[in-house]
Amino acid sequence: MEIKHAAAAGTLESSDIMVTVLPETEGIRISLTSSVEQYYGDSIRETMTKVLEELEVKNAHIEAVDHGALDCTIRARLTTAVRRACREEEAL
Amino acid sequence: MSKLCSDLRQAIVSAGLRDGMTVSFHHHLRNGDYVLNMVLQEAAQLGIRDLTVNASSLFDCHQPLIDHIRNGVVTGLITDYVSAGIGRAISGGILKKPVTFLTHGTRPSNILNGNHHIDIAFLAAPTSDCEGNCSGKYGPSACGSLGYAFADAQRADRVVIISDNLVEYPLPDPSITEDLVDFVVKVEAIGNPAGIVSGTTQMPKDPIALKIADYAAQAIHASGLVKDGFSFQTGAGGASLAVADHIKRIMLRENIHGSYALGGITGYMVDMLESGCFQAIQDVQCFDLEAVRSIRENPKHIEITAAQYASPTARSTAASHLDVVVLGATQIDTDFNINVHTDSNNLIMGGSGGHTDVAAEAKLTVIVAPLSRARMSIVVDRVFTVSTPGSDVDLLVTQYGIAVNPRRPELKAALESARLPVADIQALQRLAVSLNGPAKPFQPPKDHVVAQVFGRNNQVQDLIYGI
Repeated sequence: MEIKHAAAAGTLESSDIMVTVLPETEGIRISLTSSVEQYYGDSIRETMTKVLEELEVKNAHIEAVDHGALDCTIRARLTTAVRRACREEEAL
Repeated sequence: MSKLCSDLRQAIVSAGLRDGMTVSFHHHLRNGDYVLNMVLQEAAQLGIRDLTVNASSLFDCHQPLIDHIRNGVVTGLITDYVSAGIGRAISGGILKKPVTFLTHGTRPSNILNGNHHIDIAFLAAPTSDCEGNCSGKYGPSACGSLGYAFADAQRADRVVIISDNLVEYPLPDPSITEDLVDFVVKVEAIGNPAGIVSGTTQMPKDPIALKIADYAAQAIHASGLVKDGFSFQTGAGGASLAVADHIKRIMLRENIHGSYALGGITGYMVDMLESGCFQAIQDVQCFDLEAVRSIRENPKHIEITAAQYASPTARSTAASHLDVVVLGATQIDTDFNINVHTDSNNLIMGGSGGHTDVAAEAKLTVIVAPLSRARMSIVVDRVFTVSTPGSDVDLLVTQYGIAVNPRRPELKAALESARLPVADIQALQRLAVSLNGPAKPFQPPKDHVVAQVFGRNNQVQDLIYGI
Protein backbone atom coordinates (compact mmCIF):
# COMPACT_ATOMS: atom_id res chain seq x y z
CA MET A 1 0.00 0.00 0.00
CA GLU A 2 1.18 3.50 -0.78
CA ILE A 3 0.87 6.29 1.76
CA LYS A 4 -0.62 9.24 -0.12
CA HIS A 5 -1.19 11.72 2.70
CA ALA A 6 -1.15 12.04 6.47
CA ALA A 7 -3.87 10.20 8.39
CA ALA A 8 -4.47 9.24 12.02
CA ALA A 9 -6.38 6.77 14.18
CA GLY A 10 -6.79 6.30 17.93
CA THR A 11 -7.00 8.61 20.94
CA LEU A 12 -4.78 9.84 23.74
CA GLU A 13 -6.88 8.02 26.37
CA SER A 14 -5.35 5.55 28.79
CA SER A 15 -5.11 2.03 27.27
CA ASP A 16 -5.22 3.46 23.72
CA ILE A 17 -2.64 4.50 21.14
CA MET A 18 -2.77 7.50 18.80
CA VAL A 19 -1.16 6.58 15.49
CA THR A 20 -0.34 9.11 12.73
CA VAL A 21 0.88 7.81 9.37
CA LEU A 22 2.84 10.23 7.15
CA PRO A 23 4.33 9.87 3.67
CA GLU A 24 8.04 9.00 3.61
CA THR A 25 10.34 8.83 0.59
CA GLU A 26 12.52 5.95 1.67
CA GLY A 27 11.73 3.10 4.05
CA ILE A 28 9.92 2.81 7.36
CA ARG A 29 10.52 5.19 10.27
CA ILE A 30 8.74 4.67 13.61
CA SER A 31 8.71 7.39 16.30
CA LEU A 32 7.12 6.01 19.46
CA THR A 33 6.39 7.67 22.80
CA SER A 34 4.96 5.21 25.33
CA SER A 35 4.07 5.32 29.02
CA VAL A 36 5.15 1.66 29.13
CA GLU A 37 8.38 2.05 27.09
CA GLN A 38 10.42 0.19 29.74
CA TYR A 39 8.15 -2.83 29.49
CA TYR A 40 6.60 -2.87 26.01
CA GLY A 41 8.53 -0.38 23.82
CA ASP A 42 10.34 -3.08 21.80
CA SER A 43 7.21 -5.20 21.54
CA ILE A 44 5.14 -2.24 20.23
CA ARG A 45 7.75 -1.41 17.53
CA GLU A 46 7.91 -5.10 16.56
CA THR A 47 4.11 -5.30 16.24
CA MET A 48 4.03 -2.15 14.12
CA THR A 49 6.76 -3.41 11.80
CA LYS A 50 4.81 -6.67 11.35
CA VAL A 51 1.53 -4.88 10.58
CA LEU A 52 3.26 -2.67 7.99
CA GLU A 53 4.77 -5.76 6.35
CA GLU A 54 1.37 -7.47 6.28
CA LEU A 55 -0.16 -4.39 4.63
CA GLU A 56 2.81 -4.21 2.23
CA VAL A 57 3.66 -0.67 3.21
CA LYS A 58 7.22 0.02 2.04
CA ASN A 59 7.60 3.73 2.78
CA ALA A 60 6.01 5.43 5.78
CA HIS A 61 6.72 7.56 8.82
CA ILE A 62 4.71 6.39 11.84
CA GLU A 63 4.26 8.70 14.82
CA ALA A 64 2.68 6.90 17.76
CA VAL A 65 1.76 8.10 21.24
CA ASP A 66 0.92 5.10 23.40
CA HIS A 67 -0.76 5.07 26.80
CA GLY A 68 -0.66 1.33 27.44
CA ALA A 69 -2.68 -0.06 24.53
CA LEU A 70 -2.96 -3.84 24.17
CA ASP A 71 -1.39 -5.53 21.16
CA CYS A 72 -4.78 -5.98 19.42
CA THR A 73 -5.49 -2.25 19.84
CA ILE A 74 -2.11 -1.29 18.40
CA ARG A 75 -2.72 -3.49 15.34
CA ALA A 76 -6.24 -2.10 14.82
CA ARG A 77 -5.23 1.57 15.17
CA LEU A 78 -2.23 1.24 12.86
CA THR A 79 -4.19 -0.68 10.21
CA THR A 80 -6.95 1.94 10.23
CA ALA A 81 -4.49 4.82 10.02
CA VAL A 82 -2.67 3.22 7.08
CA ARG A 83 -5.93 2.55 5.19
CA ARG A 84 -7.01 6.16 5.72
CA ALA A 85 -3.60 7.40 4.53
CA CYS A 86 -3.91 5.40 1.30
CA ARG A 87 -7.32 6.72 0.25
CA GLU A 88 -7.34 9.44 -2.45
CA GLU A 89 -10.50 11.20 -1.30
CA GLU A 90 -9.49 11.63 2.35
CA ALA A 91 -6.66 14.10 2.08
CA LEU A 92 -6.28 15.98 5.39
CA MET B 1 0.66 43.10 72.30
CA SER B 2 -1.55 42.40 69.34
CA LYS B 3 -1.16 39.08 67.57
CA LEU B 4 -2.44 40.60 64.36
CA CYS B 5 0.38 41.24 61.86
CA SER B 6 0.15 43.78 59.04
CA ASP B 7 1.33 41.28 56.44
CA LEU B 8 2.84 37.83 56.01
CA ARG B 9 6.42 39.13 56.02
CA GLN B 10 5.87 40.77 59.41
CA ALA B 11 4.39 37.53 60.75
CA ILE B 12 7.39 35.54 59.49
CA VAL B 13 9.87 38.01 60.97
CA SER B 14 7.96 38.22 64.28
CA ALA B 15 7.87 34.44 64.52
CA GLY B 16 11.67 34.51 64.21
CA LEU B 17 12.24 32.42 61.09
CA ARG B 18 15.94 31.64 60.66
CA ASP B 19 18.19 29.44 58.51
CA GLY B 20 17.94 25.72 59.28
CA MET B 21 14.49 25.81 60.89
CA THR B 22 11.62 23.38 60.37
CA VAL B 23 8.35 24.91 59.18
CA SER B 24 5.08 23.01 58.92
CA PHE B 25 1.91 23.11 56.84
CA HIS B 26 -1.35 21.14 56.60
CA HIS B 27 -2.96 20.07 53.33
CA HIS B 28 -6.66 20.76 53.95
CA LEU B 29 -6.69 23.20 51.03
CA ARG B 30 -5.41 20.33 48.89
CA ASN B 31 -4.60 21.25 45.30
CA GLY B 32 -5.95 24.80 45.82
CA ASP B 33 -3.51 25.80 48.59
CA TYR B 34 -1.72 29.15 48.29
CA VAL B 35 -0.23 29.27 51.81
CA LEU B 36 2.82 27.00 51.47
CA ASN B 37 3.93 28.84 48.34
CA MET B 38 3.42 32.32 49.81
CA VAL B 39 5.35 31.51 52.99
CA LEU B 40 8.30 29.96 51.12
CA GLN B 41 8.37 32.85 48.66
CA GLU B 42 8.61 35.37 51.52
CA ALA B 43 11.28 33.22 53.20
CA ALA B 44 13.27 33.13 49.94
CA GLN B 45 12.98 36.93 49.59
CA LEU B 46 14.20 37.33 53.17
CA GLY B 47 17.28 35.31 52.17
CA ILE B 48 16.48 32.41 54.47
CA ARG B 49 18.03 29.03 53.59
CA ASP B 50 18.21 25.42 54.62
CA LEU B 51 14.59 25.05 55.76
CA THR B 52 12.97 21.68 56.39
CA VAL B 53 9.34 21.58 55.27
CA ASN B 54 7.13 19.24 57.31
CA ALA B 55 3.84 19.14 55.35
CA SER B 56 1.07 16.59 55.80
CA SER B 57 0.86 16.31 51.97
CA LEU B 58 2.25 18.08 48.90
CA PHE B 59 0.19 18.62 45.76
CA ASP B 60 1.09 19.80 42.28
CA CYS B 61 -0.07 23.34 43.19
CA HIS B 62 3.09 23.38 45.33
CA GLN B 63 5.45 23.02 42.37
CA PRO B 64 7.23 26.37 43.15
CA LEU B 65 8.74 24.27 45.97
CA ILE B 66 10.95 22.63 43.32
CA ASP B 67 12.72 25.95 42.67
CA HIS B 68 13.08 26.64 46.40
CA ILE B 69 14.81 23.26 46.68
CA ARG B 70 17.09 24.02 43.71
CA ASN B 71 17.98 27.40 45.27
CA GLY B 72 18.74 25.94 48.70
CA VAL B 73 15.85 27.65 50.49
CA VAL B 74 14.43 24.21 51.30
CA THR B 75 16.79 21.29 51.94
CA GLY B 76 14.59 18.78 53.75
CA LEU B 77 11.09 17.33 53.31
CA ILE B 78 8.96 15.40 55.76
CA THR B 79 5.55 14.43 54.38
CA ASP B 80 2.87 11.74 54.05
CA TYR B 81 2.11 12.18 50.35
CA VAL B 82 3.66 13.83 47.27
CA SER B 83 1.73 14.11 44.01
CA ALA B 84 3.31 13.24 40.67
CA GLY B 85 4.57 16.67 39.54
CA ILE B 86 6.78 17.18 42.61
CA GLY B 87 7.36 13.42 42.94
CA ARG B 88 9.04 13.28 39.53
CA ALA B 89 11.48 16.03 40.56
CA ILE B 90 12.29 14.20 43.81
CA SER B 91 12.82 10.94 41.91
CA GLY B 92 15.13 12.93 39.64
CA GLY B 93 17.30 13.65 42.67
CA ILE B 94 16.84 17.38 43.39
CA LEU B 95 17.20 16.90 47.17
CA LYS B 96 20.51 15.83 48.71
CA LYS B 97 18.79 14.57 51.85
CA PRO B 98 16.25 11.75 51.29
CA VAL B 99 12.60 12.68 51.83
CA THR B 100 11.09 11.31 55.04
CA PHE B 101 7.78 9.64 54.18
CA LEU B 102 5.42 9.28 57.13
CA THR B 103 1.71 8.47 57.38
CA HIS B 104 -1.27 10.51 58.57
CA GLY B 105 -0.98 8.59 61.85
CA THR B 106 2.80 8.62 62.39
CA ARG B 107 3.19 12.32 61.49
CA PRO B 108 1.18 13.62 64.48
CA SER B 109 2.66 10.86 66.65
CA ASN B 110 6.20 12.10 65.90
CA ILE B 111 5.22 15.75 66.36
CA LEU B 112 3.43 15.20 69.66
CA ASN B 113 6.15 13.02 71.21
CA GLY B 114 8.86 15.50 70.19
CA ASN B 115 10.70 13.31 67.64
CA HIS B 116 9.93 15.79 64.89
CA HIS B 117 10.32 19.27 66.28
CA ILE B 118 8.54 22.12 64.48
CA ASP B 119 9.92 25.62 64.89
CA ILE B 120 7.08 27.49 63.19
CA ALA B 121 3.72 26.14 62.03
CA PHE B 122 2.08 28.20 59.26
CA LEU B 123 -1.54 27.14 59.40
CA ALA B 124 -4.07 28.16 56.77
CA ALA B 125 -7.45 28.84 58.37
CA PRO B 126 -10.57 29.56 56.30
CA THR B 127 -11.92 31.69 59.19
CA SER B 128 -10.14 33.19 62.20
CA ASP B 129 -10.55 35.92 64.75
CA CYS B 130 -7.74 38.35 65.67
CA GLU B 131 -6.55 36.12 68.53
CA GLY B 132 -6.32 32.98 66.37
CA ASN B 133 -9.46 31.10 67.32
CA CYS B 134 -9.99 29.52 63.92
CA SER B 135 -12.00 27.03 61.92
CA GLY B 136 -12.19 25.36 58.53
CA LYS B 137 -15.98 25.21 58.53
CA TYR B 138 -16.70 28.81 57.55
CA GLY B 139 -15.55 31.37 55.00
CA PRO B 140 -15.03 31.61 51.24
CA SER B 141 -12.20 29.03 51.36
CA ALA B 142 -14.01 26.61 53.73
CA CYS B 143 -12.43 23.16 53.75
CA GLY B 144 -14.30 21.56 56.68
CA SER B 145 -12.18 19.58 59.12
CA LEU B 146 -8.75 20.93 60.14
CA GLY B 147 -7.71 17.48 61.43
CA TYR B 148 -4.11 17.49 60.19
CA ALA B 149 -3.30 20.89 61.71
CA PHE B 150 -3.89 20.15 65.41
CA ALA B 151 -0.59 18.43 66.28
CA ASP B 152 1.32 21.29 64.63
CA ALA B 153 -0.70 23.86 66.59
CA GLN B 154 -0.16 21.99 69.85
CA ARG B 155 3.60 21.46 69.61
CA ALA B 156 5.22 24.02 67.28
CA ASP B 157 7.36 26.66 69.06
CA ARG B 158 5.49 29.39 67.16
CA VAL B 159 2.06 29.14 65.53
CA VAL B 160 1.03 31.55 62.77
CA ILE B 161 -2.60 31.48 61.59
CA ILE B 162 -3.05 32.67 58.00
CA SER B 163 -6.62 33.50 57.00
CA ASP B 164 -8.56 35.33 54.31
CA ASN B 165 -11.68 35.68 56.47
CA LEU B 166 -11.07 37.60 59.68
CA VAL B 167 -14.14 37.80 61.94
CA GLU B 168 -14.94 39.49 65.23
CA TYR B 169 -13.56 38.00 68.47
CA PRO B 170 -14.51 35.42 69.69
CA LEU B 171 -15.17 33.05 66.82
CA PRO B 172 -17.92 30.66 67.92
CA ASP B 173 -17.18 26.95 67.40
CA PRO B 174 -13.38 27.23 66.86
CA SER B 175 -11.25 24.20 66.00
CA ILE B 176 -7.82 25.53 66.97
CA THR B 177 -7.97 27.94 69.88
CA GLU B 178 -6.17 31.16 70.80
CA ASP B 179 -4.13 29.69 73.66
CA LEU B 180 -1.98 27.94 71.04
CA VAL B 181 -1.59 30.82 68.60
CA ASP B 182 1.24 33.39 68.49
CA PHE B 183 0.42 35.44 65.39
CA VAL B 184 -2.49 36.01 63.03
CA VAL B 185 -2.22 37.46 59.55
CA LYS B 186 -4.89 38.28 56.99
CA VAL B 187 -4.11 37.69 53.33
CA GLU B 188 -6.10 38.27 50.14
CA ALA B 189 -6.81 34.55 49.60
CA ILE B 190 -5.50 31.37 51.22
CA GLY B 191 -6.52 29.18 48.31
CA ASN B 192 -8.45 28.62 45.15
CA PRO B 193 -11.84 27.17 46.15
CA ALA B 194 -11.96 25.14 42.90
CA GLY B 195 -8.92 23.15 44.03
CA ILE B 196 -9.82 22.89 47.72
CA VAL B 197 -12.86 20.64 47.54
CA SER B 198 -14.77 19.24 44.62
CA GLY B 199 -18.36 20.41 44.14
CA THR B 200 -19.86 16.95 44.19
CA THR B 201 -18.16 13.59 44.21
CA GLN B 202 -19.46 11.59 41.27
CA MET B 203 -20.44 7.94 41.45
CA PRO B 204 -18.40 6.08 38.79
CA LYS B 205 -20.06 4.83 35.61
CA ASP B 206 -17.09 2.75 34.45
CA PRO B 207 -18.38 -0.87 34.25
CA ILE B 208 -15.08 -2.31 35.54
CA ALA B 209 -15.19 -0.12 38.66
CA LEU B 210 -18.83 -1.08 39.22
CA LYS B 211 -18.06 -4.79 38.91
CA ILE B 212 -15.15 -4.49 41.36
CA ALA B 213 -17.40 -2.59 43.78
CA ASP B 214 -20.10 -5.24 43.51
CA TYR B 215 -17.62 -8.04 44.36
CA ALA B 216 -16.07 -5.99 47.17
CA ALA B 217 -19.44 -5.24 48.78
CA GLN B 218 -20.46 -8.90 48.58
CA ALA B 219 -17.13 -9.93 50.13
CA ILE B 220 -17.54 -7.41 52.98
CA HIS B 221 -21.07 -8.70 53.56
CA ALA B 222 -19.83 -12.32 53.54
CA SER B 223 -17.19 -11.46 56.18
CA GLY B 224 -20.01 -11.08 58.71
CA LEU B 225 -18.80 -7.66 59.90
CA VAL B 226 -21.76 -5.67 58.56
CA LYS B 227 -23.99 -5.74 61.64
CA ASP B 228 -25.17 -3.34 64.34
CA GLY B 229 -22.18 -1.26 65.52
CA PHE B 230 -20.45 -1.53 62.13
CA SER B 231 -17.68 1.00 61.39
CA PHE B 232 -16.43 1.74 57.90
CA GLN B 233 -13.90 3.79 55.95
CA THR B 234 -13.68 4.23 52.20
CA GLY B 235 -11.96 6.68 49.88
CA ALA B 236 -13.31 9.01 47.22
CA GLY B 237 -11.83 7.12 44.26
CA GLY B 238 -14.09 5.43 41.67
CA ALA B 239 -14.60 1.88 42.93
CA SER B 240 -14.35 2.82 46.64
CA LEU B 241 -17.34 5.15 46.36
CA ALA B 242 -19.39 2.53 44.56
CA VAL B 243 -18.61 0.06 47.37
CA ALA B 244 -20.15 2.55 49.82
CA ASP B 245 -23.27 2.66 47.65
CA HIS B 246 -23.66 -1.12 47.84
CA ILE B 247 -22.95 -1.19 51.60
CA LYS B 248 -25.57 1.50 52.13
CA ARG B 249 -28.18 -0.59 50.33
CA ILE B 250 -27.27 -3.69 52.36
CA MET B 251 -27.49 -1.71 55.63
CA LEU B 252 -30.88 -0.19 54.77
CA ARG B 253 -32.28 -3.50 53.51
CA GLU B 254 -31.21 -5.40 56.63
CA ASN B 255 -31.98 -2.49 58.98
CA ILE B 256 -28.41 -2.38 60.32
CA HIS B 257 -27.44 0.49 62.65
CA GLY B 258 -23.75 1.17 62.19
CA SER B 259 -21.51 3.04 64.60
CA TYR B 260 -19.39 5.42 62.51
CA ALA B 261 -17.91 6.25 59.14
CA LEU B 262 -14.29 7.36 59.23
CA GLY B 263 -11.71 9.13 57.16
CA GLY B 264 -11.63 11.55 54.40
CA ILE B 265 -15.35 12.22 54.03
CA THR B 266 -17.44 12.67 50.89
CA GLY B 267 -21.07 13.65 50.42
CA TYR B 268 -21.79 9.99 50.01
CA MET B 269 -20.80 9.19 53.60
CA VAL B 270 -22.92 12.18 54.69
CA ASP B 271 -25.84 10.65 52.83
CA MET B 272 -25.27 7.37 54.72
CA LEU B 273 -25.22 9.27 58.03
CA GLU B 274 -28.44 11.11 57.19
CA SER B 275 -30.09 7.86 56.06
CA GLY B 276 -29.44 6.40 59.50
CA CYS B 277 -26.70 3.94 58.48
CA PHE B 278 -24.31 5.40 61.07
CA GLN B 279 -24.55 7.08 64.44
CA ALA B 280 -21.70 9.48 63.58
CA ILE B 281 -18.98 10.49 61.15
CA GLN B 282 -15.42 10.94 62.44
CA ASP B 283 -13.87 13.32 59.96
CA VAL B 284 -10.18 14.15 59.64
CA GLN B 285 -10.61 15.69 56.15
CA CYS B 286 -13.51 16.77 53.92
CA PHE B 287 -13.38 15.91 50.20
CA ASP B 288 -16.40 17.82 48.87
CA LEU B 289 -18.77 20.70 49.60
CA GLU B 290 -21.47 18.41 50.95
CA ALA B 291 -19.06 17.11 53.59
CA VAL B 292 -18.11 20.71 54.49
CA ARG B 293 -21.79 21.63 54.88
CA SER B 294 -22.46 18.59 57.04
CA ILE B 295 -19.53 19.11 59.44
CA ARG B 296 -20.67 22.72 59.88
CA GLU B 297 -24.33 21.88 60.52
CA ASN B 298 -24.60 18.37 61.95
CA PRO B 299 -23.30 17.70 65.49
CA LYS B 300 -23.11 14.00 64.62
CA HIS B 301 -20.44 14.85 62.06
CA ILE B 302 -17.37 15.11 64.31
CA GLU B 303 -14.07 16.82 63.48
CA ILE B 304 -11.19 14.65 64.70
CA THR B 305 -7.45 15.33 64.88
CA ALA B 306 -4.95 13.29 62.88
CA ALA B 307 -3.65 11.79 66.11
CA GLN B 308 -7.17 10.85 67.15
CA TYR B 309 -7.65 9.40 63.66
CA ALA B 310 -4.74 7.00 63.54
CA SER B 311 -1.66 7.79 65.66
CA PRO B 312 0.08 4.50 66.52
CA THR B 313 1.19 5.92 69.89
CA ALA B 314 -2.19 7.32 70.99
CA ARG B 315 -4.07 5.58 73.86
CA SER B 316 -6.75 4.66 71.33
CA THR B 317 -7.89 6.01 67.98
CA ALA B 318 -10.87 5.99 65.67
CA ALA B 319 -8.85 3.70 63.40
CA SER B 320 -8.24 1.22 66.21
CA HIS B 321 -11.99 0.47 66.45
CA LEU B 322 -12.47 0.21 62.69
CA ASP B 323 -14.18 -2.85 61.20
CA VAL B 324 -13.73 -2.45 57.45
CA VAL B 325 -11.62 -0.22 55.24
CA VAL B 326 -11.63 -0.09 51.42
CA LEU B 327 -8.35 1.15 49.91
CA GLY B 328 -6.57 1.40 46.56
CA ALA B 329 -3.13 0.36 45.29
CA THR B 330 -0.78 1.07 42.41
CA GLN B 331 0.94 -2.30 42.86
CA ILE B 332 0.31 -5.35 45.03
CA ASP B 333 2.70 -8.28 45.15
CA THR B 334 2.03 -11.96 45.68
CA ASP B 335 2.75 -11.45 49.42
CA PHE B 336 -0.01 -8.77 49.45
CA ASN B 337 2.46 -5.91 50.07
CA ILE B 338 1.02 -2.66 48.72
CA ASN B 339 2.76 0.16 46.87
CA VAL B 340 1.03 3.55 46.82
CA HIS B 341 4.25 5.63 46.65
CA THR B 342 5.65 4.97 43.15
CA ASP B 343 4.39 4.15 39.65
CA SER B 344 5.42 1.36 37.28
CA ASN B 345 8.54 3.36 36.34
CA ASN B 346 9.34 3.78 40.07
CA LEU B 347 8.69 7.54 39.97
CA ILE B 348 7.18 9.01 43.15
CA MET B 349 3.48 9.81 42.60
CA GLY B 350 1.77 9.44 45.95
CA GLY B 351 2.34 8.26 49.47
CA SER B 352 0.67 6.40 52.23
CA GLY B 353 -1.60 9.12 53.56
CA GLY B 354 -3.64 7.06 56.02
CA HIS B 355 -3.38 3.81 54.01
CA THR B 356 -0.78 2.13 56.22
CA ASP B 357 -2.51 3.20 59.44
CA VAL B 358 -6.03 2.03 58.73
CA ALA B 359 -4.83 -1.14 57.00
CA ALA B 360 -2.94 -2.02 60.21
CA GLU B 361 -5.90 -1.27 62.45
CA ALA B 362 -9.03 -2.41 60.61
CA LYS B 363 -10.44 -5.89 61.15
CA LEU B 364 -10.86 -6.25 57.38
CA THR B 365 -8.66 -4.42 54.85
CA VAL B 366 -10.00 -4.60 51.29
CA ILE B 367 -7.92 -3.45 48.33
CA VAL B 368 -9.97 -2.59 45.22
CA ALA B 369 -8.15 -2.24 41.90
CA PRO B 370 -8.59 -3.18 38.25
CA LEU B 371 -6.37 -6.16 37.39
CA SER B 372 -4.43 -3.99 34.92
CA ARG B 373 -4.09 -0.26 34.36
CA ALA B 374 -2.87 0.82 30.92
CA ARG B 375 -1.30 -2.59 30.19
CA MET B 376 0.47 -2.79 33.57
CA SER B 377 -0.61 -5.61 35.87
CA ILE B 378 -1.56 -4.46 39.37
CA VAL B 379 -0.23 -7.77 40.71
CA VAL B 380 3.56 -8.01 40.51
CA ASP B 381 6.24 -10.37 41.84
CA ARG B 382 7.58 -7.71 44.20
CA VAL B 383 6.31 -4.15 44.74
CA PHE B 384 8.86 -1.39 44.07
CA THR B 385 7.99 0.20 47.44
CA VAL B 386 6.39 -1.41 50.48
CA SER B 387 3.96 1.30 51.58
CA THR B 388 1.69 -1.05 53.54
CA PRO B 389 2.98 -4.49 54.60
CA GLY B 390 1.13 -7.51 53.22
CA SER B 391 0.45 -8.77 56.75
CA ASP B 392 -2.06 -5.89 57.12
CA VAL B 393 -3.97 -6.64 53.89
CA ASP B 394 -6.77 -9.21 53.72
CA LEU B 395 -8.39 -9.03 50.28
CA LEU B 396 -7.56 -7.93 46.77
CA VAL B 397 -10.75 -7.41 44.74
CA THR B 398 -10.41 -7.15 40.94
CA GLN B 399 -12.96 -7.45 38.14
CA TYR B 400 -11.64 -11.00 37.50
CA GLY B 401 -11.85 -12.33 41.02
CA ILE B 402 -10.95 -11.91 44.69
CA ALA B 403 -7.63 -13.00 46.20
CA VAL B 404 -7.61 -13.75 49.94
CA ASN B 405 -4.43 -13.38 51.99
CA PRO B 406 -3.43 -16.94 53.05
CA ARG B 407 -3.23 -15.60 56.62
CA ARG B 408 -7.05 -15.49 56.58
CA PRO B 409 -8.27 -19.05 55.76
CA GLU B 410 -11.58 -18.51 57.60
CA LEU B 411 -12.26 -15.46 55.42
CA LYS B 412 -11.53 -17.47 52.30
CA ALA B 413 -14.02 -20.14 53.47
CA ALA B 414 -16.68 -17.46 54.12
CA LEU B 415 -16.23 -16.00 50.63
CA GLU B 416 -16.35 -19.43 49.02
CA SER B 417 -19.54 -20.35 50.81
CA ALA B 418 -21.04 -17.07 49.57
CA ARG B 419 -20.09 -18.34 46.08
CA LEU B 420 -17.80 -15.42 45.38
CA PRO B 421 -15.10 -15.80 42.69
CA VAL B 422 -12.10 -16.52 44.93
CA ALA B 423 -8.78 -16.87 43.08
CA ASP B 424 -5.12 -17.31 44.03
CA ILE B 425 -3.21 -14.05 43.72
CA GLN B 426 -0.67 -15.90 41.53
CA ALA B 427 -3.49 -16.98 39.20
CA LEU B 428 -4.65 -13.36 38.90
CA GLN B 429 -1.09 -12.32 38.08
CA ARG B 430 -0.84 -15.01 35.34
CA LEU B 431 -4.17 -13.86 33.91
CA ALA B 432 -2.93 -10.25 33.75
CA VAL B 433 0.22 -11.35 31.91
CA SER B 434 -1.82 -13.38 29.41
CA LEU B 435 -4.07 -10.36 28.71
CA ASN B 436 -1.30 -7.75 28.52
CA GLY B 437 1.34 -9.79 26.74
CA PRO B 438 4.74 -10.61 28.20
CA ALA B 439 6.59 -7.52 29.44
CA LYS B 440 10.33 -7.00 29.35
CA PRO B 441 11.63 -7.34 32.91
CA PHE B 442 12.41 -3.94 34.45
CA GLN B 443 14.44 -3.57 37.61
CA PRO B 444 14.72 0.11 38.58
CA PRO B 445 18.24 1.29 39.40
CA LYS B 446 19.35 1.34 43.05
CA ASP B 447 22.10 3.94 42.92
CA HIS B 448 20.95 6.72 45.22
CA VAL B 449 18.21 6.88 47.84
CA VAL B 450 15.70 9.71 47.30
CA ALA B 451 13.22 8.80 50.05
CA GLN B 452 12.89 6.73 53.19
CA VAL B 453 9.48 5.23 53.90
CA PHE B 454 8.86 4.86 57.64
CA GLY B 455 6.49 2.19 58.97
CA ARG B 456 4.08 2.52 61.87
CA ASN B 457 6.82 1.30 64.23
CA ASN B 458 8.90 4.37 63.22
CA GLN B 459 11.55 2.15 61.61
CA VAL B 460 12.59 2.47 57.95
CA GLN B 461 10.26 0.12 56.11
CA ASP B 462 11.59 0.67 52.59
CA LEU B 463 13.78 2.95 50.47
CA ILE B 464 12.88 4.71 47.22
CA TYR B 465 15.71 5.10 44.71
CA GLY B 466 16.19 7.84 42.13
CA ILE B 467 15.55 7.39 38.41
